[in-house]
Amino acid sequence: MADLTSVIAGIKSPNPFWLASAPPTDKQYNVERAFKAGWGGVVWKTLGEDPHVVNVSSRYGGTDLPGQRLMGLNNIELITDRPLDVNLREITEVKRKWPDRALIVSLMVPCEEESWKRILKKVEQTGADGIELNFGCPHGMSERGMGAAVGQVPEYVEMVTRWCKANTRMPVLVKLTPNITDVRMPARAAKNGGADGVSLINTINSIVSIDLDQMSPTPVVGGKGTHGGYCGPAVKPIALNMVAEIARDPATHGLPISGIGGIGNWRDAAEFISLGCGSVQVCTAAMHYGFKIVEDMTDGLSNWMDSKGYRKLSDFMGKAVPNVKNWNELDLNFQTIAKIRQDDCISCGLCYIACEDTSHQAISHLKATAKGEKAKYEVIDKECVGCNLCALVCPVHCIEMVPQKHNKPYLPWTKHPNNPMVAK
Amino acid sequence: MQPSISGGRLKAPQYKDVFCDHVMPLTEMQAQVESSRCYYCYDAPCIQACPTQIDIPSFIRKINNGNIKGAAIDILSANIMGGTCSRACPVETLCQEACVREHAEKKPVQIGSLQRFATDEFFKQLDSEGKNKKTGEKPFTRAKSTGKKVAVVGAGPAGMSCAHRLAMLGHSVTVYEAREKAGGLNEYGLAPYKMTDDFAQKELDFILSIGGIEVKTGKRLGQDIQLDGLKKDYDAVFLGLGLGSTNRLGIEGEDLPGVIDAVAKISEIRQAQAKDPSGSALAKVPVGRNVVVIGGGNTAVDIAIQIKRLGAEFVTLVYRRGQEDMSATHHEQELAQKNGVVLKTWAKPSRILGDSKGVTEVQFEYTAISGGKLSGIGEFFSLKADQVFKAIGQKLEFSGLDVDGGKIVVNDQFETKMAGIFAGGDCVGPGEDLTVTAVQQGKLAAMAIDQKLAKSQGGKRG
Repeated sequence: MADLTSVIAGIKSPNPFWLASAPPTDKQYNVERAFKAGWGGVVWKTLGEDPHVVNVSSRYGGTDLPGQRLMGLNNIELITDRPLDVNLREITEVKRKWPDRALIVSLMVPCEEESWKRILKKVEQTGADGIELNFGCPHGMSERGMGAAVGQVPEYVEMVTRWCKANTRMPVLVKLTPNITDVRMPARAAKNGGADGVSLINTINSIVSIDLDQMSPTPVVGGKGTHGGYCGPAVKPIALNMVAEIARDPATHGLPISGIGGIGNWRDAAEFISLGCGSVQVCTAAMHYGFKIVEDMTDGLSNWMDSKGYRKLSDFMGKAVPNVKNWNELDLNFQTIAKIRQDDCISCGLCYIACEDTSHQAISHLKATAKGEKAKYEVIDKECVGCNLCALVCPVHCIEMVPQKHNKPYLPWTKHPNNPMVAK
Repeated sequence: MQPSISGGRLKAPQYKDVFCDHVMPLTEMQAQVESSRCYYCYDAPCIQACPTQIDIPSFIRKINNGNIKGAAIDILSANIMGGTCSRACPVETLCQEACVREHAEKKPVQIGSLQRFATDEFFKQLDSEGKNKKTGEKPFTRAKSTGKKVAVVGAGPAGMSCAHRLAMLGHSVTVYEAREKAGGLNEYGLAPYKMTDDFAQKELDFILSIGGIEVKTGKRLGQDIQLDGLKKDYDAVFLGLGLGSTNRLGIEGEDLPGVIDAVAKISEIRQAQAKDPSGSALAKVPVGRNVVVIGGGNTAVDIAIQIKRLGAEFVTLVYRRGQEDMSATHHEQELAQKNGVVLKTWAKPSRILGDSKGVTEVQFEYTAISGGKLSGIGEFFSLKADQVFKAIGQKLEFSGLDVDGGKIVVNDQFETKMAGIFAGGDCVGPGEDLTVTAVQQGKLAAMAIDQKLAKSQGGKRG
């Protein structure tokens, strides 16, 4: 059986599944329930200075797809709204009771060294395994010069990280905001400031929907709304890209990463780990289904690793990074063609209309002529550019993309004759 | 012990719900979940399978997106009786059989239930005059008057569908109906557990709300009105006649008291239910203790289920061929069995026994196919019977036009051999005698009539 032990930035946990800093980790009660369920670690919901913040009522908004709720979740909740000493007391107790689990404390205080110094001392006394600097919260706190307001300015990221490293022995993870043009900049800044690792992504600036009766963004607070932080399955592709960018940036390559963003099962986790993450953080999936989901996460990851012959996380950690390339490095001689498995086809015609209306007219349509007969759809090989769209829309997964054999050499754009930059 | 034929076999309070919806309508949440299952197919097989060609993926998508009015208009503009059809259609052999999810998972999208949801919810948005409660608009309006008059004979699905489309196209329509209420088989023939809550009359009110349609009941063709007269008084005539009495068995004892035409009994039960929702009239419907139903179609199944629900102790449906040969769908057969009806196949009645007080038993001969032909094999059995229902098909009781195979002959424009006289529905052949087919033929005939009238000059202005 595979060993799921995770060590990242000197923080050890029995498995790589942590709960992200968020409502599920706001109290001892929740955190202990999570540990009982099997979570490897938690990042305690962000602590700030007293007096504690005040939250609004009506805090979450959701994006649904037909048949699936919460493809995305947005929130306008702030950092913990409980007094600092209550949180510190509970953190101390939880760490004492659960010494084998990772307990990281998320922090956000004003951009003054004294403020950081003060809170770091107090957190250190709890016995916590590390801290995570919340430079990502996009709403409420950013207007007060904290959260994303810091994370969007690489110089601030570096400065605050440096203060923290100077004032605590605890490992420092810097949580990055995705609400920025190039995530490599704050990541480099964190590294330059001495960060032990980065965690990403924090939530994305968003308005999830407009209530058309009240004419207000949701969640509606007394007839008004505001932008909030978006997370859940919908943001996973954005998170994977940002993780990959940092993992393959020579300036930050090797910097420990705790991956966050739409992780809901072991497969998602494996993908983040393959891009170099040492741990993964989960929130929306737990808020949707409860803490029990970690059972399948650990079990599924372990079984998959066994099937692949990976004995520990480091056996496949970062294994996909070398295959993440810039577009101009892709082989233009590679060709794949769609193939419809006729026996499994249910004749829904979605592949046809997608190709006909929006792609390359590479699927033929033979109408049914008699009752009980099915319409027939077939790929016109010579018209197919291998875009994958038909395979993606097929509801029964009966279209396979078949890579074509060829003897042509590797031909990237950088060497392609059509590229004006290529010397003739 | 109660007499062998009697009403009141159930306890009084039971009658109120004895014919409640056999398929419960979807709640909004169920409709949301079910509508999300539709793949929105291109060249959707369900549309091809629908005799009225309703754009099913489109209306289901609209339900899913909360556009109930749009969904209902999609349905009703193709099939003005979309509400009845959502209840009465054998969807398991039409749209739902064709659904790609039937192929993929044996679980088709519940198109019938979704169609009912859309139409029911839409009707709730309308007031008693058929106007939208908020906007005051009518969903269907009439084109500028053409000044043409069309007579429609028969206020069933074919006739009313034709009348509605003619009215939409600007013609002035008079509908003649032999019975005391309009609606045809929707009102008199469909099983009460499929058409609860007086739906047939509500739908009729909606159809008439377009205006330009006058319904005259109690006018039977050949008695109160004549084809010649109609031809003279109107620019065109549409015949949407129903079928008449049930075919005869042609065996000894057929005329004994207690041998009953199933169609007439179904009508009696429907009207008893319509008369009093509390069920007091239903409690008076005479029901046998031992009941035999002869036939293999949906009418046979319908009467068997209804008489069983009304308290008959033993109901046996006997069909001369095998279960797979029955024209009642598999779904209907199962419904009968769920209701406790025993299906007995490969037997034909040879003799009905009894006396002037009534029938006592039915003798059957076992049958088999031999030499490609169905025949008795000379072995017999008997079933005790207080009531025997005949459900072996009906015939058209009409003469005066070319008839072939018992049905009025029409061309592809639904025009009979007599110019200006059109026909559709159960009275023309060949057809499956489905409500939905009748609606489609009425609609197509209306369009053909409109075309023809547009070509002709003048007309008989009223």
